[in-house]
Amino acid sequence: MRAPPSDLPIRFDDVTVSAGAVTVLDRVSLSIHAGAPTILIGPNGSGKTTLLRLAMGLIPPSLGRVTWDGVAQVPPIKRAIVFQRPVMLRRSAAGNIRYALAAAHIPKEQHDARIMELMALVGLLDLAFRPARRLSGGEQQRLALARALARDPTVLFLDEPTASLDPASTKAVEDIVRAIAARGIKVVMATHDLGEARRLAGDVVFLHRGRVVETGDARTFFQSPQTGEAKTFIAGELLL
Amino acid sequence: MNSDTSALALILTADPTLLAIVRLSLLVSLSAVAVAALIGLPLGALIALTRFRGREGVIVLLNALMGLPPVVVGLAVYLLLSRSGPLGSLGLLFTPSAMIVAQTILVTPIIAALARQTIEDLWTEYRDELTAMNVGPLARVATLIWDGRFSLVVALLAGFGRAAAEVGAIIIVGGNIEGFTRTMTTAIALETSKGDLPLAIGLGVVLIAIVIVVNAFAWMLRRAGERLAS
Repeated sequence: MRAPPSDLPIRFDDVTVSAGAVTVLDRVSLSIHAGAPTILIGPNGSGKTTLLRLAMGLIPPSLGRVTWDGVAQVPPIKRAIVFQRPVMLRRSAAGNIRYALAAAHIPKEQHDARIMELMALVGLLDLAFRPARRLSGGEQQRLALARALARDPTVLFLDEPTASLDPASTKAVEDIVRAIAARGIKVVMATHDLGEARRLAGDVVFLHRGRVVETGDARTFFQSPQTGEAKTFIAGELLL
Repeated sequence: MNSDTSALALILTADPTLLAIVRLSLLVSLSAVAVAALIGLPLGALIALTRFRGREGVIVLLNALMGLPPVVVGLAVYLLLSRSGPLGSLGLLFTPSAMIVAQTILVTPIIAALARQTIEDLWTEYRDELTAMNVGPLARVATLIWDGRFSLVVALLAGFGRAAAEVGAIIIVGGNIEGFTRTMTTAIALETSKGDLPLAIGLGVVLIAIVIVVNAFAWMLRRAGERLAS
């Protein structure tokens, strides 16, 4: 079966994910379309990471169905993900990107040019030959973005990419995310940082306790939330 | 001249008998480690990356086989290769090849068990990234062996240590024939029983020196590689 040219839209039809007796996602129905970044927000444990892993195809739903452009079980050829704590392979920064290019079956003669382009995009050209695991947290996060882009994805999932970064590193990552979105790559990003969601979101999916509580245009969501949970969360109060 | 000075003289004058024994010992042990690595590394990776019924039993068995008694392995290989045995027609008994076979059987479980643990730990760390990159099964194994190479060197060193120090299996299948299947360990055993202590001590010193040099070389290689790659 050939993969579709784009995996969008990604549809969740009545999807439940259970881990033992715990329901991590509860009957989620949702569509992710091309366009500006979709930001998944919600407190810790609301199911954001699980939703991203489902959308990437890393885990199957316990119940319900996930489809990519109407097709179930599409291999992750046009999708890429950056995990909250990305694991760097034991090779140089450039070697990590070269590995991703080879895994994506990009012809070898294109590797050097693509590595230079991607390292420049994330501002790591000077560190190309440094062992990846010796880079700082912020540099590793930027390298993980470059490595994910090596796959030339149409959809990029980001799981709290700035969660443990200082403001300068956060700004660097957010600038790269904007540049990626400007290239026409669909960004789907999880965060519990309201400020970051306001800065980046085109539309918002608000989750709480494994349920999708509210979805829609970001400006509308932040200006006039419809549910008590969203109002509490946006007000910065504790949502239990 | 006492035993110690005689042993030193043998080493310093590069005694031909001593050199021949050292050469054969290294040939047998390094060949056994090389063959065992070719079997043990993929086997360890296979067990690390696959889930099947009875897997835990296989891991326990593999770990237990690290303690295989050399004389039992020697006896088993002897029975296989003896004239009336199933592989007797190959004519390998009392040859260096038989000794390599016996040591390979002893070393393979050590390399496979240690590789399994190393690769499984690395797989736990890499699983999500490699799955997300859609890396196929063979490429996963190659990646894990390559990225775990500095830890896997320890598995090879443990195997080499076992092979270099082993006497029980190779004396049975090799026969300790002078100039043909006599190694450092079998010669030490023989010369000690004959009372020729200078040669036994000389061989003992060389054996320990070789093990130290090989380990030191591997250690330096590992440190240099880690500085460059990890």
